Amino acid sequence: MSELRQIYAETIAELAKKDDRVVVLEADLSSSMATANLKETMGERYINVGIMEAHEVSMAAGLSVTGHIPFVHSFAPFISRRAFDQVFISLAYSKNHAILVGSDVGITAEMNGGTHMSFEDLALMRVIPNITIYEVSDPQQFKDILYHCYSHSGLYYIRTMRKKAPRLTDQICDLKSGYREIIKGSSGTIFSTGFLLPECMKAAENLAKKNIHVSVIETFRIKPLNKEMLIEAAKKGPIVTVDNHSITGGIGSAIAEVLSEEYPSKIKRLGVDEKFGQVGSTNFLKTQYGLTAKDIVLAMEKLVN
Amino acid sequence: MDLKKFADEIRLYTMKELNNRGFGHYGGSLSIIETLAVLYGKEMNIDAAHPDNENRDYFVLSKGHAGPSLYATLFLKGYISEETLMSLNNNGTNLPSHPDKNLTKGIDVTTGSLGQGLSVATGVAYGNKLKGLNNYTYCIVGDGELNEGQCWEAIQFANHHKLHNLILFVDDNKKQLDGYTKDINNPMDFVTKMQAFGLNSFRINGNNISEVEEAITKAKENEASTTAIIMDTIKGYGVTAVEKIMNNHHLRPDCSLQFELERAVLELENKAKGQVPYR
Repeated sequence: MSELRQIYAETIAELAKKDDRVVVLEADLSSSMATANLKETMGERYINVGIMEAHEVSMAAGLSVTGHIPFVHSFAPFISRRAFDQVFISLAYSKNHAILVGSDVGITAEMNGGTHMSFEDLALMRVIPNITIYEVSDPQQFKDILYHCYSHSGLYYIRTMRKKAPRLTDQICDLKSGYREIIKGSSGTIFSTGFLLPECMKAAENLAKKNIHVSVIETFRIKPLNKEMLIEAAKKGPIVTVDNHSITGGIGSAIAEVLSEEYPSKIKRLGVDEKFGQVGSTNFLKTQYGLTAKDIVLAMEKLVN
Repeated sequence: MDLKKFADEIRLYTMKELNNRGFGHYGGSLSIIETLAVLYGKEMNIDAAHPDNENRDYFVLSKGHAGPSLYATLFLKGYISEETLMSLNNNGTNLPSHPDKNLTKGIDVTTGSLGQGLSVATGVAYGNKLKGLNNYTYCIVGDGELNEGQCWEAIQFANHHKLHNLILFVDDNKKQLDGYTKDINNPMDFVTKMQAFGLNSFRINGNNISEVEEAITKAKENEASTTAIIMDTIKGYGVTAVEKIMNNHHLRPDCSLQFELERAVLELENKAKGQVPYR
Protein backbone atom coordinates (compact mmCIF):
# COMPACT_ATOMS: atom_id res chain seq x y z
CA MET A 1 0.00 0.00 0.00
CA SER A 2 1.59 3.30 -1.06
CA GLU A 3 0.88 6.75 0.20
CA LEU A 4 -0.74 8.89 -2.47
CA ARG A 5 1.49 11.84 -1.61
CA GLN A 6 4.54 9.68 -2.33
CA ILE A 7 3.06 8.81 -5.71
CA TYR A 8 2.53 12.51 -6.37
CA ALA A 9 6.13 13.41 -5.57
CA GLU A 10 7.58 10.44 -7.46
CA THR A 11 5.52 11.15 -10.56
CA ILE A 12 6.48 14.83 -10.61
CA ALA A 13 10.14 13.81 -10.23
CA GLU A 14 9.81 11.45 -13.22
CA LEU A 15 8.14 14.08 -15.37
CA ALA A 16 10.57 16.80 -14.33
CA LYS A 17 13.52 14.58 -15.22
CA LYS A 18 12.39 14.23 -18.80
CA ASP A 19 10.86 17.66 -19.34
CA ASP A 20 12.30 21.03 -18.28
CA ARG A 21 8.90 22.64 -18.58
CA VAL A 22 7.61 20.85 -15.48
CA VAL A 23 7.47 23.04 -12.36
CA VAL A 24 5.96 22.28 -8.96
CA LEU A 25 4.45 24.83 -6.59
CA GLU A 26 3.76 24.52 -2.89
CA ALA A 27 2.34 26.95 -0.35
CA ASP A 28 4.18 25.80 2.77
CA LEU A 29 2.75 22.27 2.68
CA SER A 30 5.60 20.43 1.00
CA SER A 31 6.29 18.43 4.16
CA SER A 32 2.65 17.35 4.23
CA MET A 33 2.69 16.37 0.55
CA ALA A 34 6.15 14.70 0.46
CA THR A 35 7.39 17.15 -2.16
CA ALA A 36 10.11 18.79 -0.04
CA ASN A 37 12.84 16.56 -1.49
CA LEU A 38 12.00 17.64 -5.03
CA LYS A 39 14.03 20.77 -4.40
CA GLU A 40 17.19 18.68 -4.61
CA THR A 41 16.42 17.34 -8.08
CA MET A 42 14.32 20.15 -9.51
CA GLY A 43 16.24 23.13 -8.15
CA GLU A 44 14.57 26.39 -9.13
CA ARG A 45 11.72 24.49 -10.76
CA TYR A 46 10.55 23.62 -7.25
CA ILE A 47 8.88 26.74 -5.87
CA ASN A 48 7.61 27.08 -2.33
CA VAL A 49 5.84 30.45 -2.23
CA GLY A 50 5.03 30.31 1.47
CA ILE A 51 1.52 30.65 2.85
CA MET A 52 0.14 32.49 -0.19
CA GLU A 53 -2.40 30.37 -2.02
CA ALA A 54 -3.78 33.30 -4.05
CA HIS A 55 -0.29 34.22 -5.24
CA GLU A 56 0.60 30.56 -5.75
CA VAL A 57 -2.24 30.09 -8.24
CA SER A 58 -1.75 33.36 -10.16
CA MET A 59 2.03 32.91 -10.21
CA ALA A 60 1.47 29.47 -11.75
CA ALA A 61 -0.47 31.23 -14.51
CA GLY A 62 2.61 33.32 -15.30
CA LEU A 63 4.72 30.17 -15.50
CA SER A 64 2.17 28.70 -17.89
CA VAL A 65 2.36 31.87 -20.03
CA THR A 66 6.09 31.20 -20.47
CA GLY A 67 5.42 27.62 -21.57
CA HIS A 68 5.94 25.79 -18.28
CA ILE A 69 3.62 23.09 -16.93
CA PRO A 70 2.83 23.88 -13.29
CA PHE A 71 1.66 21.32 -10.73
CA VAL A 72 0.10 23.35 -7.93
CA HIS A 73 -0.76 21.83 -4.58
CA SER A 74 -2.45 22.89 -1.38
CA PHE A 75 -5.02 21.39 0.95
CA ALA A 76 -8.33 21.20 -0.93
CA PRO A 77 -10.12 24.03 0.92
CA PHE A 78 -7.26 26.44 0.29
CA ILE A 79 -6.67 25.70 -3.39
CA SER A 80 -10.41 25.92 -4.07
CA ARG A 81 -12.26 28.04 -1.53
CA ARG A 82 -9.48 30.46 -0.67
CA ALA A 83 -7.98 30.93 -4.14
CA PHE A 84 -11.18 30.59 -6.14
CA ASP A 85 -11.03 33.84 -8.09
CA GLN A 86 -7.38 33.20 -8.91
CA VAL A 87 -8.26 29.72 -10.21
CA PHE A 88 -11.18 31.17 -12.13
CA ILE A 89 -9.49 34.21 -13.72
CA SER A 90 -5.71 33.67 -13.74
CA LEU A 91 -6.00 30.05 -14.88
CA ALA A 92 -9.41 29.09 -16.31
CA TYR A 93 -10.61 32.30 -17.97
CA SER A 94 -7.07 32.96 -19.22
CA LYS A 95 -6.90 29.44 -20.71
CA ASN A 96 -3.62 28.47 -19.05
CA HIS A 97 -2.36 24.90 -18.72
CA ALA A 98 -2.07 23.93 -15.05
CA ILE A 99 -2.72 20.99 -12.77
CA LEU A 100 -4.25 21.85 -9.40
CA VAL A 101 -4.05 19.23 -6.69
CA GLY A 102 -6.23 19.54 -3.60
CA SER A 103 -5.34 17.14 -0.81
CA ASP A 104 -6.83 16.09 2.53
CA VAL A 105 -10.27 16.09 1.00
CA GLY A 106 -13.44 15.96 3.04
CA ILE A 107 -13.30 13.89 6.19
CA THR A 108 -9.72 12.75 5.53
CA ALA A 109 -8.66 16.11 7.02
CA GLU A 110 -9.51 14.38 10.35
CA MET A 111 -7.97 16.26 13.31
CA ASN A 112 -7.48 19.50 11.37
CA GLY A 113 -11.23 19.85 11.72
CA GLY A 114 -13.81 22.21 10.26
CA THR A 115 -11.47 24.92 8.98
CA HIS A 116 -9.56 22.39 6.88
CA MET A 117 -12.41 20.05 5.89
CA SER A 118 -13.50 20.66 2.31
CA PHE A 119 -17.09 19.72 1.63
CA GLU A 120 -17.42 22.40 -1.05
CA ASP A 121 -14.36 22.17 -3.33
CA LEU A 122 -16.16 20.11 -5.97
CA ALA A 123 -19.15 22.44 -5.97
CA LEU A 124 -16.82 25.39 -6.57
CA MET A 125 -14.61 23.75 -9.16
CA ARG A 126 -17.47 22.15 -11.09
CA VAL A 127 -18.89 25.54 -12.03
CA ILE A 128 -15.69 26.54 -13.86
CA PRO A 129 -16.15 26.21 -17.65
CA ASN A 130 -14.02 23.54 -19.34
CA ILE A 131 -12.11 22.42 -16.25
CA THR A 132 -11.51 18.67 -15.95
CA ILE A 133 -11.95 17.23 -12.47
CA TYR A 134 -10.68 13.92 -11.13
CA GLU A 135 -10.80 12.26 -7.74
CA VAL A 136 -8.27 9.52 -7.15
CA SER A 137 -8.54 6.39 -5.08
CA ASP A 138 -5.41 4.38 -5.76
CA PRO A 139 -1.73 4.91 -6.50
CA GLN A 140 -1.51 3.69 -10.10
CA GLN A 141 -4.61 5.63 -11.04
CA PHE A 142 -3.13 8.82 -9.53
CA LYS A 143 0.02 8.35 -11.57
CA ASP A 144 -1.92 7.70 -14.79
CA ILE A 145 -4.02 10.82 -14.24
CA LEU A 146 -0.97 13.00 -13.52
CA TYR A 147 0.66 11.81 -16.75
CA HIS A 148 -2.53 12.53 -18.67
CA CYS A 149 -2.84 16.07 -17.25
CA TYR A 150 0.81 16.74 -18.02
CA SER A 151 0.48 15.77 -21.66
CA HIS A 152 -2.88 17.36 -22.50
CA SER A 153 -3.14 21.14 -22.28
CA GLY A 154 -5.97 22.41 -20.10
CA LEU A 155 -6.94 23.17 -16.52
CA TYR A 156 -7.28 20.24 -14.11
CA TYR A 157 -8.34 19.80 -10.52
CA ILE A 158 -7.32 16.53 -8.90
CA ARG A 159 -8.92 15.76 -5.57
CA THR A 160 -6.99 13.35 -3.40
CA MET A 161 -6.31 12.05 0.07
CA ARG A 162 -2.66 12.16 1.08
CA LYS A 163 -2.04 8.96 2.95
CA LYS A 164 -2.15 5.22 2.34
CA ALA A 165 -4.70 3.98 -0.14
CA PRO A 166 -5.31 0.34 -0.95
CA ARG A 167 -5.49 -0.73 -4.56
CA LEU A 168 -9.20 -1.45 -4.96
CA THR A 169 -9.19 -3.23 -8.28
CA ASP A 170 -6.84 -4.67 -10.85
CA GLN A 171 -8.79 -2.96 -13.60
CA ILE A 172 -6.78 -0.44 -15.52
CA CYS A 173 -7.83 3.15 -15.29
CA ASP A 174 -9.38 3.98 -18.67
CA LEU A 175 -9.01 7.75 -18.84
CA LYS A 176 -11.15 7.91 -21.95
CA SER A 177 -14.22 6.45 -20.24
CA GLY A 178 -13.56 8.19 -16.92
CA TYR A 179 -15.03 5.44 -14.75
CA ARG A 180 -14.39 1.95 -13.40
CA GLU A 181 -17.04 -0.60 -12.52
CA ILE A 182 -15.41 -2.09 -9.46
CA ILE A 183 -18.27 -4.47 -8.65
CA LYS A 184 -20.78 -5.63 -11.24
CA GLY A 185 -24.46 -5.98 -10.38
CA SER A 186 -27.80 -6.04 -12.15
CA SER A 187 -30.37 -4.40 -9.89
CA GLY A 188 -28.93 -0.96 -9.09
CA THR A 189 -25.75 1.12 -8.80
CA ILE A 190 -23.74 2.79 -6.10
CA PHE A 191 -21.65 5.68 -7.40
CA SER A 192 -18.73 7.12 -5.51
CA THR A 193 -15.13 8.28 -5.76
CA GLY A 194 -11.98 8.22 -3.67
CA PHE A 195 -11.90 7.53 0.03
CA LEU A 196 -15.44 6.19 0.44
CA LEU A 197 -15.22 3.49 -2.23
CA PRO A 198 -14.29 0.73 0.29
CA GLU A 199 -17.51 1.55 2.21
CA CYS A 200 -19.47 1.26 -1.03
CA MET A 201 -17.86 -2.10 -1.79
CA LYS A 202 -18.67 -3.37 1.67
CA ALA A 203 -22.26 -2.18 1.22
CA ALA A 204 -22.53 -4.01 -2.12
CA GLU A 205 -21.29 -7.22 -0.50
CA ASN A 206 -23.83 -6.90 2.32
CA LEU A 207 -26.61 -6.18 -0.15
CA ALA A 208 -25.61 -9.26 -2.17
CA LYS A 209 -26.17 -11.36 0.95
CA LYS A 210 -29.73 -10.04 0.88
CA ASN A 211 -29.97 -10.96 -2.80
CA ILE A 212 -29.72 -7.36 -4.00
CA HIS A 213 -26.93 -7.29 -6.54
CA VAL A 214 -25.72 -3.79 -7.24
CA SER A 215 -22.81 -2.34 -9.18
CA VAL A 216 -20.22 -0.10 -7.60
CA ILE A 217 -18.98 2.43 -10.13
CA GLU A 218 -16.10 4.77 -9.48
CA THR A 219 -16.69 7.95 -11.50
CA PHE A 220 -13.09 9.06 -11.03
CA ARG A 221 -13.56 11.71 -13.70
CA ILE A 222 -16.17 13.94 -12.12
CA LYS A 223 -16.19 16.50 -14.91
CA PRO A 224 -17.05 15.82 -17.63
CA LEU A 225 -19.09 12.84 -16.49
CA ASN A 226 -19.63 9.91 -18.84
CA LYS A 227 -23.31 10.45 -19.66
CA GLU A 228 -23.79 7.24 -21.67
CA MET A 229 -22.51 5.18 -18.78
CA LEU A 230 -24.84 6.96 -16.34
CA ILE A 231 -27.86 6.30 -18.55
CA GLU A 232 -26.98 2.61 -18.93
CA ALA A 233 -26.56 2.31 -15.16
CA ALA A 234 -29.87 4.04 -14.53
CA LYS A 235 -31.63 1.52 -16.80
CA LYS A 236 -30.61 -1.27 -14.40
CA GLY A 237 -32.30 0.17 -11.34
CA PRO A 238 -32.06 2.70 -8.53
CA ILE A 239 -28.98 4.75 -7.75
CA VAL A 240 -27.26 5.69 -4.52
CA THR A 241 -24.46 8.24 -4.67
CA VAL A 242 -21.92 8.61 -1.90
CA ASP A 243 -20.05 11.89 -1.50
CA ASN A 244 -17.11 12.72 0.77
CA HIS A 245 -18.42 16.23 0.16
CA SER A 246 -21.60 18.24 0.50
CA ILE A 247 -24.57 16.71 -1.30
CA THR A 248 -24.89 20.16 -2.89
CA GLY A 249 -22.58 20.30 -5.88
CA GLY A 250 -20.83 16.97 -5.32
CA ILE A 251 -20.87 13.85 -7.48
CA GLY A 252 -24.41 12.95 -6.44
CA SER A 253 -25.53 16.37 -7.49
CA ALA A 254 -23.66 16.09 -10.81
CA ILE A 255 -25.15 12.66 -11.54
CA ALA A 256 -28.66 13.80 -10.60
CA GLU A 257 -28.31 16.79 -12.93
CA VAL A 258 -27.52 14.50 -15.86
CA LEU A 259 -30.14 11.86 -15.15
CA SER A 260 -32.99 14.24 -14.33
CA GLU A 261 -32.69 15.48 -17.92
CA GLU A 262 -31.58 12.34 -19.74
CA TYR A 263 -33.16 9.41 -17.88
CA PRO A 264 -35.19 10.33 -14.76
CA SER A 265 -34.42 7.75 -12.10
CA LYS A 266 -34.78 6.95 -8.43
CA ILE A 267 -31.71 8.47 -6.77
CA LYS A 268 -30.60 8.92 -3.17
CA ARG A 269 -27.66 11.22 -2.54
CA LEU A 270 -25.64 10.38 0.56
CA GLY A 271 -23.14 13.03 1.65
CA VAL A 272 -22.74 15.93 3.99
CA ASP A 273 -26.05 17.73 4.29
CA GLU A 274 -26.00 21.35 5.55
CA LYS A 275 -23.16 20.70 7.97
CA PHE A 276 -19.64 22.00 8.49
CA GLY A 277 -16.60 19.87 9.20
CA GLN A 278 -15.36 18.95 12.67
CA VAL A 279 -12.43 17.14 14.24
CA GLY A 280 -12.54 13.38 14.44
CA SER A 281 -11.20 10.13 13.05
CA THR A 282 -12.49 9.13 9.64
CA ASN A 283 -14.48 6.30 11.25
CA PHE A 284 -16.15 8.73 13.65
CA LEU A 285 -16.81 11.24 10.88
CA LYS A 286 -18.31 8.61 8.55
CA THR A 287 -20.85 7.89 11.29
CA GLN A 288 -21.46 11.59 11.96
CA TYR A 289 -22.27 12.34 8.33
CA GLY A 290 -24.06 9.07 7.46
CA LEU A 291 -21.40 7.73 5.12
CA THR A 292 -20.97 4.15 6.41
CA ALA A 293 -21.65 0.91 4.56
CA LYS A 294 -24.70 0.55 6.78
CA ASP A 295 -26.09 3.90 5.64
CA ILE A 296 -25.51 2.95 2.01
CA VAL A 297 -27.25 -0.44 2.46
CA LEU A 298 -30.28 1.21 4.07
CA ALA A 299 -30.53 3.81 1.32
CA MET A 300 -30.35 1.23 -1.44
CA GLU A 301 -32.85 -1.12 0.26
CA LYS A 302 -35.31 1.73 0.58
CA LEU A 303 -35.06 2.47 -3.14
CA VAL A 304 -35.19 -1.16 -4.25
CA ASN A 305 -38.23 -2.00 -2.15
CA MET B 1 11.16 57.76 -32.16
CA ASP B 2 9.83 61.05 -30.82
CA LEU B 3 8.30 59.71 -27.60
CA LYS B 4 6.37 62.90 -26.82
CA LYS B 5 4.71 62.72 -30.22
CA PHE B 6 4.06 59.01 -29.70
CA ALA B 7 2.40 59.75 -26.33
CA ASP B 8 0.24 62.43 -28.00
CA GLU B 9 -0.85 59.90 -30.61
CA ILE B 10 -1.67 57.27 -27.98
CA ARG B 11 -3.71 59.87 -26.13
CA LEU B 12 -5.51 60.91 -29.32
CA TYR B 13 -6.48 57.35 -30.22
CA THR B 14 -7.40 56.48 -26.63
CA MET B 15 -9.85 59.37 -26.69
CA LYS B 16 -11.20 58.49 -30.14
CA GLU B 17 -11.70 54.90 -29.05
CA LEU B 18 -13.48 55.81 -25.80
CA ASN B 19 -15.56 58.60 -27.36
CA ASN B 20 -16.57 56.26 -30.15
CA ARG B 21 -18.02 53.84 -27.60
CA GLY B 22 -19.44 56.74 -25.61
CA PHE B 23 -18.32 55.67 -22.14
CA GLY B 24 -15.47 53.94 -20.34
CA HIS B 25 -12.47 54.12 -18.05
CA TYR B 26 -11.06 57.49 -19.11
CA GLY B 27 -9.14 58.52 -15.98
CA GLY B 28 -6.83 55.58 -15.42
CA SER B 29 -6.30 55.00 -19.14
CA LEU B 30 -4.98 58.54 -19.59
CA SER B 31 -2.68 58.58 -16.55
CA ILE B 32 -0.35 55.80 -17.81
CA ILE B 33 0.14 56.98 -21.41
CA GLU B 34 3.68 58.37 -20.94
CA THR B 35 4.74 54.99 -19.49
CA LEU B 36 3.19 53.14 -22.43
CA ALA B 37 4.93 55.53 -24.86
CA VAL B 38 8.36 54.89 -23.35
CA LEU B 39 7.84 51.12 -23.08
CA TYR B 40 6.36 50.52 -26.53
CA GLY B 41 8.20 53.35 -28.27
CA LYS B 42 11.68 52.65 -26.92
CA GLU B 43 12.30 50.12 -24.19
CA MET B 44 10.50 46.96 -25.10
CA ASN B 45 11.92 44.39 -27.47
CA ILE B 46 8.74 43.57 -29.36
CA ASP B 47 7.64 42.99 -32.93
CA ALA B 48 4.03 42.95 -34.07
CA ALA B 49 5.02 40.51 -36.82
CA HIS B 50 6.27 38.01 -34.20
CA PRO B 51 4.06 38.51 -31.15
CA ASP B 52 4.91 35.07 -29.74
CA ASN B 53 8.71 35.34 -29.93
CA GLU B 54 9.81 33.95 -26.55
CA ASN B 55 12.74 36.36 -26.34
CA ARG B 56 10.43 39.38 -26.43
CA ASP B 57 9.80 41.59 -23.44
CA TYR B 58 6.47 41.00 -21.72
CA PHE B 59 3.97 43.57 -20.54
CA VAL B 60 1.29 43.00 -17.89
CA LEU B 61 -1.35 45.67 -17.39
CA SER B 62 -2.37 44.55 -13.91
CA LYS B 63 -4.74 47.54 -13.65
CA GLY B 64 -6.68 46.01 -16.52
CA HIS B 65 -9.33 48.74 -16.63
CA ALA B 66 -6.75 50.93 -18.42
CA GLY B 67 -7.07 48.59 -21.41
CA PRO B 68 -8.19 51.36 -23.81
CA SER B 69 -4.81 53.16 -23.76
CA LEU B 70 -2.96 49.85 -24.18
CA TYR B 71 -5.19 49.06 -27.18
CA ALA B 72 -4.44 52.47 -28.71
CA THR B 73 -0.72 51.73 -28.25
CA LEU B 74 -1.06 48.28 -29.85
CA PHE B 75 -2.90 49.89 -32.79
CA LEU B 76 -0.09 52.42 -33.31
CA LYS B 77 2.47 49.57 -33.13
CA GLY B 78 0.63 47.59 -35.79
CA TYR B 79 -0.85 44.79 -33.67
CA ILE B 80 -4.48 45.64 -34.34
CA SER B 81 -6.36 47.57 -37.01
CA GLU B 82 -8.15 50.89 -36.53
CA GLU B 83 -11.41 49.08 -37.17
CA THR B 84 -10.64 46.71 -34.29
CA LEU B 85 -9.62 49.65 -32.09
CA MET B 86 -13.01 51.26 -32.67
CA SER B 87 -14.79 48.06 -31.63
CA LEU B 88 -14.01 48.59 -27.93
CA ASN B 89 -16.76 47.00 -25.83
CA ASN B 90 -19.06 46.40 -28.78
CA ASN B 91 -21.09 43.20 -28.66
CA GLY B 92 -18.83 40.30 -29.63
CA THR B 93 -15.71 42.48 -29.68
CA ASN B 94 -12.09 41.36 -29.42
CA LEU B 95 -11.39 44.44 -27.32
CA PRO B 96 -13.09 44.05 -23.94
CA SER B 97 -12.74 46.68 -21.20
CA HIS B 98 -10.06 44.53 -19.58
CA PRO B 99 -7.30 42.93 -21.71
CA ASP B 100 -7.71 39.29 -22.75
CA LYS B 101 -4.69 37.44 -24.16
CA ASN B 102 -6.94 35.00 -25.98
CA LEU B 103 -8.80 37.75 -27.85
CA THR B 104 -6.30 40.47 -28.70
CA LYS B 105 -2.97 40.19 -30.50
CA GLY B 106 -0.20 41.68 -28.40
CA ILE B 107 -1.77 41.06 -25.00
CA ASP B 108 0.53 38.82 -22.94
CA VAL B 109 -1.60 38.33 -19.85
CA THR B 110 -5.35 38.47 -19.20
CA THR B 111 -6.11 40.94 -16.42
CA GLY B 112 -9.05 42.71 -14.84
CA SER B 113 -9.52 41.04 -11.49
CA LEU B 114 -7.34 43.45 -9.53
CA GLY B 115 -4.32 42.14 -7.66
CA GLN B 116 -3.80 39.07 -9.81
CA GLY B 117 -1.81 40.59 -12.67
CA LEU B 118 1.22 41.36 -10.53
CA SER B 119 1.37 37.75 -9.30
CA VAL B 120 1.09 36.54 -12.88
CA ALA B 121 3.88 38.98 -13.86
CA THR B 122 6.17 37.47 -11.19
CA GLY B 123 5.41 34.07 -12.71
CA VAL B 124 6.30 35.33 -16.19
CA ALA B 125 9.55 36.87 -14.90
CA TYR B 126 10.39 33.71 -12.93
CA GLY B 127 9.57 31.49 -15.91
CA ASN B 128 11.76 33.51 -18.28
CA LYS B 129 14.60 33.40 -15.76
CA LEU B 130 14.22 29.60 -15.59
CA LYS B 131 14.57 29.50 -19.37
CA GLY B 132 17.78 31.52 -19.13
CA LEU B 133 16.34 34.41 -21.12
CA ASN B 134 17.57 37.96 -20.60
CA ASN B 135 14.26 39.67 -21.32
CA TYR B 136 12.23 41.94 -19.05
CA THR B 137 8.69 41.80 -17.76
CA TYR B 138 7.05 45.18 -17.20
CA CYS B 139 3.98 45.51 -15.06
CA ILE B 140 1.74 48.48 -14.22
CA VAL B 141 -0.38 48.32 -11.08
CA GLY B 142 -2.79 50.98 -9.88
CA ASP B 143 -2.44 52.76 -6.56
CA GLY B 144 -5.96 51.67 -5.70
CA GLU B 145 -5.13 48.15 -6.83
CA LEU B 146 -2.46 47.99 -4.13
CA ASN B 147 -5.38 47.75 -1.67
CA GLU B 148 -5.43 44.10 -2.70
CA GLY B 149 -3.45 41.93 -0.29
CA GLN B 150 -2.38 39.63 -3.10
CA CYS B 151 -0.18 42.43 -4.53
CA TRP B 152 1.92 42.35 -1.39
CA GLU B 153 2.20 38.56 -1.59
CA ALA B 154 3.62 39.04 -5.08
CA ILE B 155 5.97 41.84 -3.99
CA GLN B 156 7.35 39.71 -1.14
CA PHE B 157 7.85 36.85 -3.60
CA ALA B 158 9.53 39.09 -6.22
CA ASN B 159 12.02 40.30 -3.63
CA HIS B 160 12.72 36.84 -2.22
CA HIS B 161 13.61 35.56 -5.68
CA LYS B 162 15.45 38.76 -6.65
CA LEU B 163 13.44 39.10 -9.86
CA HIS B 164 15.45 42.00 -11.28
CA ASN B 165 13.96 41.14 -14.69
CA LEU B 166 10.62 42.42 -13.38
CA ILE B 167 10.10 46.19 -13.46
CA LEU B 168 7.02 47.38 -11.65
CA PHE B 169 5.29 50.73 -12.17
CA VAL B 170 2.78 52.05 -9.66
CA ASP B 171 0.35 54.49 -11.25
CA ASP B 172 -0.03 56.69 -8.19
CA ASN B 173 -2.76 58.97 -9.52
CA LYS B 174 -4.08 59.35 -5.94
CA LYS B 175 -7.60 58.28 -6.80
CA GLN B 176 -9.56 55.06 -6.94
CA LEU B 177 -13.16 54.49 -8.06
CA ASP B 178 -14.81 55.91 -4.95
CA GLY B 179 -12.48 58.84 -4.30
CA TYR B 180 -9.00 59.70 -3.04
CA THR B 181 -6.96 56.66 -1.97
CA LYS B 182 -5.98 58.47 1.24
CA ASP B 183 -9.65 58.88 2.17
CA ILE B 184 -10.84 55.38 1.28
CA ASN B 185 -8.14 53.38 3.11
CA ASN B 186 -4.89 55.31 3.42
CA PRO B 187 -2.16 53.32 1.64
CA MET B 188 0.64 55.52 3.12
CA ASP B 189 3.82 56.05 1.11
CA PHE B 190 4.45 53.43 -1.55
CA VAL B 191 8.20 54.07 -1.78
CA THR B 192 8.64 53.38 1.93
CA LYS B 193 6.48 50.28 1.69
CA MET B 194 8.29 48.89 -1.35
CA GLN B 195 11.66 49.54 0.26
CA ALA B 196 10.48 47.83 3.44
CA PHE B 197 9.70 44.79 1.27
CA GLY B 198 13.29 44.89 -0.04
CA LEU B 199 12.61 46.39 -3.46
CA ASN B 200 14.59 49.08 -5.20
CA SER B 201 12.05 51.91 -5.21
CA PHE B 202 11.91 55.62 -5.97
CA ARG B 203 9.39 58.25 -7.01
CA ILE B 204 9.16 60.10 -10.32
CA ASN B 205 6.74 62.26 -12.24
CA GLY B 206 5.04 59.56 -14.29
CA ASN B 207 3.58 62.02 -16.76
CA ASN B 208 7.06 63.18 -17.74
CA ILE B 209 8.60 61.18 -20.58
CA SER B 210 12.26 61.84 -19.68
CA GLU B 211 11.70 60.88 -16.05
CA VAL B 212 10.12 57.59 -17.11
CA GLU B 213 13.04 56.93 -19.45
CA GLU B 214 15.60 57.66 -16.75
CA ALA B 215 13.72 55.53 -14.23
CA ILE B 216 13.83 52.49 -16.51
CA THR B 217 17.56 52.98 -17.09
CA LYS B 218 18.05 53.10 -13.31
CA ALA B 219 15.90 50.00 -12.87
CA LYS B 220 17.94 48.06 -15.41
CA GLU B 221 21.17 49.02 -13.70
CA ASN B 222 19.93 47.42 -10.51
CA GLU B 223 20.43 43.66 -10.68
CA ALA B 224 19.96 43.03 -6.97
CA SER B 225 16.17 43.09 -6.83
CA THR B 226 12.93 44.06 -8.47
CA THR B 227 12.50 47.79 -9.01
CA ALA B 228 9.22 49.50 -8.18
CA ILE B 229 8.88 52.89 -9.86
CA ILE B 230 6.28 54.94 -8.03
CA MET B 231 4.82 57.38 -10.51
CA ASP B 232 3.11 60.56 -9.43
CA THR B 233 0.49 60.93 -12.11
CA ILE B 234 -2.69 62.86 -12.73
CA LYS B 235 -5.80 60.82 -13.31
CA GLY B 236 -7.09 61.86 -16.73
CA TYR B 237 -3.74 63.50 -17.62
CA GLY B 238 -3.59 65.41 -20.88
CA VAL B 239 -7.31 65.97 -21.27
CA THR B 240 -8.39 68.93 -19.16
CA ALA B 241 -12.07 68.03 -19.38
CA VAL B 242 -11.31 64.68 -17.72
CA GLU B 243 -8.67 65.91 -15.29
CA LYS B 244 -11.06 68.42 -13.73
CA ILE B 245 -13.74 65.84 -12.92
CA MET B 246 -13.36 64.51 -9.38
CA ASN B 247 -14.85 61.06 -10.03
CA ASN B 248 -13.20 60.35 -13.39
CA HIS B 249 -12.52 56.64 -13.02
CA HIS B 250 -15.34 55.70 -15.37
CA LEU B 251 -17.26 58.30 -17.35
CA ARG B 252 -20.64 58.09 -19.00
CA PRO B 253 -20.76 61.64 -20.38
CA ASP B 254 -23.85 63.78 -20.70
CA CYS B 255 -24.25 65.99 -23.81
CA SER B 256 -22.18 68.84 -22.43
CA LEU B 257 -19.28 66.59 -21.43
CA GLN B 258 -19.54 64.73 -24.72
CA PHE B 259 -19.00 68.05 -26.48
CA GLU B 260 -15.93 68.78 -24.35
CA LEU B 261 -14.49 65.31 -24.98
CA GLU B 262 -15.00 65.67 -28.73
CA ARG B 263 -13.31 69.06 -28.61
CA ALA B 264 -10.40 67.41 -26.76
CA VAL B 265 -10.01 65.03 -29.69
CA LEU B 266 -9.85 68.00 -32.10
CA GLU B 267 -7.21 69.62 -29.90
CA LEU B 268 -5.17 66.41 -29.80
CA GLU B 269 -5.50 66.09 -33.57
CA ASN B 270 -4.26 69.65 -34.05
CA LYS B 271 -1.42 68.99 -31.63
CA ALA B 272 -0.47 65.87 -33.58
CA LYS B 273 -0.37 67.98 -36.74
CA GLY B 274 1.86 70.47 -34.94
CA GLN B 275 -0.79 73.19 -34.84
CA VAL B 276 -1.56 75.45 -31.91
CA PRO B 277 -4.20 73.79 -29.71
CA TYR B 278 -7.68 75.25 -30.05
CA ARG B 279 -8.79 76.71 -26.75
